[in-house]
Amino acid sequence: MHRRWTSLAGIVVTALLTLFLVIPVLLSVYAGLTVSYARGMSAGFTLDWVRQVWELYSETVWRSLAVALLTLMLTLLIGVPGAYALVRRGGRFARVVEEIVTLPVAVPGLALALALILSYGNLGIFRQSTLFVVVGHVLFTLPFMMRAVIAVLETIDWRTLDEGAASLGAPAWRRFIDVILPNVRPGVVAGALTVLTLSIGEFNLTWMLHTPMTKTLPVGLADAYASMRLEIASAYTLVFLIMIIPLLIGIQLVAGLTEKRMTS
Amino acid sequence: MNSPNPTAAVRNGSSITTRGLTKTFNGHRVLQPTDLEIAAGEILVLLGPSGCGKTTLLRLIAGLEQSDGPDMIRFDGEDVSAVPIEKRDVGMVFQSYALFPNMTVAENVGYGLKIRKMPRAQREEETKRLLALVGLEEYAGRRISAVSGGQRQRTALARALAIKPRVLLLDEPLAALDAVLRERLRVEIGLLLREFGITAVYVTHDQAEAMAIGDRIAVMQRGRIVQIDAPREIYHRPINDFVADFVGTMNRVRGSVRAGALILDAGETTARIAVGGPDRETTLCFRPEAARLAVDGGAVRARIRATTFFGATQRLVAEVSPECQLQLDLPSNQSFVPGQIISFDIDPAAILEFKPES
Repeated sequence: MHRRWTSLAGIVVTALLTLFLVIPVLLSVYAGLTVSYARGMSAGFTLDWVRQVWELYSETVWRSLAVALLTLMLTLLIGVPGAYALVRRGGRFARVVEEIVTLPVAVPGLALALALILSYGNLGIFRQSTLFVVVGHVLFTLPFMMRAVIAVLETIDWRTLDEGAASLGAPAWRRFIDVILPNVRPGVVAGALTVLTLSIGEFNLTWMLHTPMTKTLPVGLADAYASMRLEIASAYTLVFLIMIIPLLIGIQLVAGLTEKRMTS
Repeated sequence: MNSPNPTAAVRNGSSITTRGLTKTFNGHRVLQPTDLEIAAGEILVLLGPSGCGKTTLLRLIAGLEQSDGPDMIRFDGEDVSAVPIEKRDVGMVFQSYALFPNMTVAENVGYGLKIRKMPRAQREEETKRLLALVGLEEYAGRRISAVSGGQRQRTALARALAIKPRVLLLDEPLAALDAVLRERLRVEIGLLLREFGITAVYVTHDQAEAMAIGDRIAVMQRGRIVQIDAPREIYHRPINDFVADFVGTMNRVRGSVRAGALILDAGETTARIAVGGPDRETTLCFRPEAARLAVDGGAVRARIRATTFFGATQRLVAEVSPECQLQLDLPSNQSFVPGQIISFDIDPAAILEFKPES
């Protein structure tokens, strides 16, 4: 009896909290679909705002996707072997490097962006390209990829796996590809999810780094909030959701499938 | 496993020679300069307590560690000291097996062949042959996580043998298994290794395993090989107390030798055992099974303190004096009770006498 009472209370609290978080999202979606938010439901619904957002900002959507995918690629290429190298190296040196790599998370994005502009602002083509934003994103997301991979590496006996493959004649790079990588896959997938979501949603660093030609979706959102009517800004949020939710579900599915193949 | 034939003397392995192999970790010398000669096709067991340097010696031969000085490891006379493990052509069976969880049993066994770029069809054939050899055909497609400990052990062995290595190195390969399985597999591994005729170095801390598998046993202590010999010699002719105790139970009696006969220090009994040699004070050792029950007044009288029945034999704990308790193995068909006085002889040929420890 007592137990049922507490579990009921748990459900209620959870539901209230969820509502508290979900309502703003639903309201935004609602606002983006109404003809006029001020007049409410009676004014009717329209997809006009979404269409307008797409006309004005579709470029930022594609750019955000491109930046996120490039960032992911670079963090995979640098972060996964980097994490393995750090764990292999071990000791104080590795710990110091890990801390340094993590630093950009603690430093405010604005400061990080300022440092990048100070250092590379004069390299015209690079400064004006989307790549400049990507570099910022990589700096900011790399530690998340590395941490995720290191966490999994610490749970597997990578040294013995590596020695086993070596005794069978595999050179170092094959041991990494054939044996280490497949066994840290859960960490890589978790890291990839984090990197993608962080990159797509990243605002403050990007806001400093962008040029009018290299706006990403969140920067466009800020523009829309500042200069457009409320309905357009809300419709923009809707576009953002439509874009990111399938992406996240997709990655989870891919991860789930590979996982199943591994354990079956 | 498929009818291994221990007499098939095919020699597939290389001989191994080491000279002055030494290893220091953090200023602590775990392996004293070690010279070793292992004949092609020989199975050498490195036996000793943990921390005696046996695994380090094995890893040096494998190429997983670098020795302190200029290495000197030769396979068939060829210096392999500078050859990294992936090119040294050694088969390795690890204590934790080091099987790849992302691959099936068959993929694990075939991995070395894949690295050697063996064509797929041939590789699959070879993998099948090895799986059959260790009795794992039905498990070929299983994930490593879906087979038992014993099956993992066999997979690891098949994987190491698949690459036809010059030498096979096994690091406590049975330590992770339960006692019954361990006993069965040590017989199977011994037969399999002899059938392959491969040079093998086998590390263990289990003396029964060492005796069952080794052509020779190297007993190690504190980074040094103390004795290297055939199992029978190690057991019956250990060169010091450490080896004697490590490979089995040893009784010790203090006494004096007068005119070639031993007189025990222990109180009322007057043992007379012919041992020969000059008069001296000494400690003599013998194994429990060297005792023979005497029918009409043997050399030593003792009071039974406890008996343990083993089936084929029974072990008595017998007290000659409060300071001298002996363990005696006797045939199990006669029953003894604690408190009973028995008298027994000791096979003079089985009596050992060690020089005082230096």
